[in-house]
Amino acid sequence: MPTPKVKFNESAAKGEVVEVKTMIDHDMESGQRKDAAGKAIARKIINHFAVTLNGKPLFAADLAPAISANPALNFFFTATESGTLDFKWTDDDGSVYALSRAITVT
Amino acid sequence: MPNAPFTRRDVMLGLSAGAATLALASRPAHATKAEADDLVARLAGGVKPQDGKVRLKLPEIAENGNTVPFTVAVDHPMVEGNYVKAIHVVATDNPAPQVASFHFTPTGKAEVYARLRLAKTQEVRAVAVLSDGTVWEARKEVKVTVGGCGG
Repeated sequence: MPTPKVKFNESAAKGEVVEVKTMIDHDMESGQRKDAAGKAIARKIINHFAVTLNGKPLFAADLAPAISANPALNFFFTATESGTLDFKWTDDDGSVYALSRAITVT
Repeated sequence: MPNAPFTRRDVMLGLSAGAATLALASRPAHATKAEADDLVARLAGGVKPQDGKVRLKLPEIAENGNTVPFTVAVDHPMVEGNYVKAIHVVATDNPAPQVASFHFTPTGKAEVYARLRLAKTQEVRAVAVLSDGTVWEARKEVKVTVGGCGG
């Protein structure tokens, strides 16, 4: 089970541009590799990443097999209101790995 | 390569086996320039990208093509009604040219960091689609020492 990680300033000043660093451990199997017997290894990647703040979309990414294993994604947002950031990583097999973090804006 | 003395016959057999394998592969090992151009055109919604605004930071030389860090930033406001909607990243000579599409909302700044795989030395393109419909682009050549597609 992949473990997502998220890091950002959880007590930001109003108007501050906050950098969010994210990572999830995942092989991002590209579908291009072959096993020892020469058989193609099936593709299995995180194909989508989405972040909401208090339910409103903030940032999203569609990922292709060209994204490295253990995908890291960093992005920025402006701290305007306190609330909850919800992070979701979607796997090719349909699994969704999720994480929620509170932010306090003063 | 081992130093075993190959006969001409060994070499020819090896070559034909290799050619058969290539012929059997259902798709080419690498995208063509036309495929990359088509993808960019589709991602840009048919608008011709202009040079400028986009800063694409990549290493000049990537020793390990499996993990090449990159940052794309667009010099543009991120306010309601005037912002960068998306940044698309395309690797022109990978087995498939798509790398990622990043979707923004009017907040923070138009900048994203991630890591990509590069199969070999090639040009990487970053295409930014703005809320006003204009499309901007930056390109960067990366020399890859050890390719990152696994084999």
